[in-house]
Amino acid sequence: MTSTTLSAPAPSKAAAPAGRRDPAAVRARRKRILHWIAVHSVAIAVALLFLLPFVFVFLTSVMSDSQAMSGDLWPSSWHWENYKTVFETDGFLTWWRNSLLYAGLGTLFTVCSAIPVAYALAKFRFRGRRTAMLLVISTMMLPPQVIVIPMYLVWAQQFHLSGTLWPLIIPMAFGDAYSIFLLRQFLLTIPKEYIESARVDGCGEFRTLLTIIVPMAKPGIAAIALFQFFYCWNDYFGPQIYAAQDPGSWTLSYGLESFKSAHMVNWNMTMAATLLVMAPVIVIFFFAQKAFVEGVTLTGVKG
Amino acid sequence: MATLSPPTRRRLRVLGFLSPWLIGFSVFFAYPLIATVYFSFMHYNQIKEPTFVGLKNWRYVFEQMPLFGPALWNTLWLVVVMVALRVLFGLSLGLLVTKIKSGVGFFRTAFYIPYLAPPVAATVAFVFLLNPGTGPVNEILSKVGIDAPTWFNDPNWAKPSLVMLSLWGIGDLMVIFMAALLDVPKEQYEAAELDGAGSWAKFRYVTWPSITPIVMFAVVTGIVQTMQYYTQALVAGKIASGVNIGPGSVIQPGYPDHSTLTVPQLVYSMGFQNFNTGAACVLSLVLFAIAMAATLLLMRKRSGLLSAED
Repeated sequence: MTSTTLSAPAPSKAAAPAGRRDPAAVRARRKRILHWIAVHSVAIAVALLFLLPFVFVFLTSVMSDSQAMSGDLWPSSWHWENYKTVFETDGFLTWWRNSLLYAGLGTLFTVCSAIPVAYALAKFRFRGRRTAMLLVISTMMLPPQVIVIPMYLVWAQQFHLSGTLWPLIIPMAFGDAYSIFLLRQFLLTIPKEYIESARVDGCGEFRTLLTIIVPMAKPGIAAIALFQFFYCWNDYFGPQIYAAQDPGSWTLSYGLESFKSAHMVNWNMTMAATLLVMAPVIVIFFFAQKAFVEGVTLTGVKG
Repeated sequence: MATLSPPTRRRLRVLGFLSPWLIGFSVFFAYPLIATVYFSFMHYNQIKEPTFVGLKNWRYVFEQMPLFGPALWNTLWLVVVMVALRVLFGLSLGLLVTKIKSGVGFFRTAFYIPYLAPPVAATVAFVFLLNPGTGPVNEILSKVGIDAPTWFNDPNWAKPSLVMLSLWGIGDLMVIFMAALLDVPKEQYEAAELDGAGSWAKFRYVTWPSITPIVMFAVVTGIVQTMQYYTQALVAGKIASGVNIGPGSVIQPGYPDHSTLTVPQLVYSMGFQNFNTGAACVLSLVLFAIAMAATLLLMRKRSGLLSAED
């Protein structure tokens, strides 16, 4: 800037302190700054509102028993041992293990069953393809309460599996509508040519799927895996229907509510337990943020 | 395999790939749906064999069941208020995020994180935060001289409190709207500016027309989601009532004064506490009818879901 401004008068005029002499430019600049300040103040205020609940829950979780009941906002002494007490509470580690079992196996089953179905719906031409897609979307929209009673009766009376998490895990080996839909949207974005060239090379459909499609669809598969894991981790209705009869089968989401009931007055313990239920999903989110946001976008926006 | 004609082989291949879903659909969807219709005409207490009673369960639910009216009213109230506010708030946050110039990543994460909180944990946390005696919210409000309501313990405020909880978890909608807003072609804004359009005119004539499919999608999925609203209402009622819920204790659902009782909760309590399978199945079918109507609306309006058909 220094050498050119000296030799050429025209650009120097334009570059001179952002048009101090030009009132329109000054106004535009002032407007931009005010706009920036307004947008960011609103954003900061909203962000505070969104994060404060976490802050209060955390602060309460490290208070003493009596202070947690006092309405104080700041802990007078920090009781980290509350977390240890929660872990030592009857059942807490069992709930943790059951949640991992339900979410882990549920995710594995869902991914394995959704891949071939989504592939067929996205890439095969066959009669009834559109109808099949409509049926997938309909099941996705169906409230789980609509079919829960006959399903419960089958699992409880024919298979004697009430009091376990198996009635929730087994159906996931047979496709989950939401995951099929989401993965299909993702597979639609993979160009046909890749599949065709694999076929020309003499690849069977199944090998094409495993060696060409699955590696290319990794982001989509990651998204459905994450969603399913979170769904199982957060599920309350399912475990309440099938696992409630046996406390040995409770999950964290279901156990947390009974935890509060058992610790009537101990808000500090309840808040520590609440944070421990929230922690895994939030930690996973920070590691897999991109896949997660992409997945949400994919469901809402046409693929 | 070698003896099969190519079309048959192709058909078998399609069936093979689809088989997990075909089995799942028939066993875990079609069968229970038919069975629900069947049980809605039966008297069945899950011990003795079911007996046919015609329309008796249907008449019982619509004419005599004392809690059906409040449950349906609460569910519809939540559907209207929650969906409208969620869409409005989600869209506003989406707009805000697209306007942010510095620290987008931080703000997007801050708005998104509450959505990830497991519903039970988020509800327990909110009942604590809004606890009239010792909760931080009322503590702060009283410091600035506001006489706060008792939130989850007041029949008039329990549902609005649930709405606040659901607005806290708006992250998914925000991301969907944000993506839709970023998809609007920039040239259209520039053209509108040349025509002298202000912010509102730009929103009304450029932004809105291009995001209506997504708004429609959010409204319909919102309706279906709120039709199944269960966990938060149930947990909030239980925790706020302060009753010690041990084995064998029966609590009236929808504390306080049935103000948080929803149709799905009624299905649960009819089917799994009162063992009135017939009435529970009638209630399920009422839910089904409303959810289906919303789904059909979605498909007809060719919104986000189906425009992705090809």
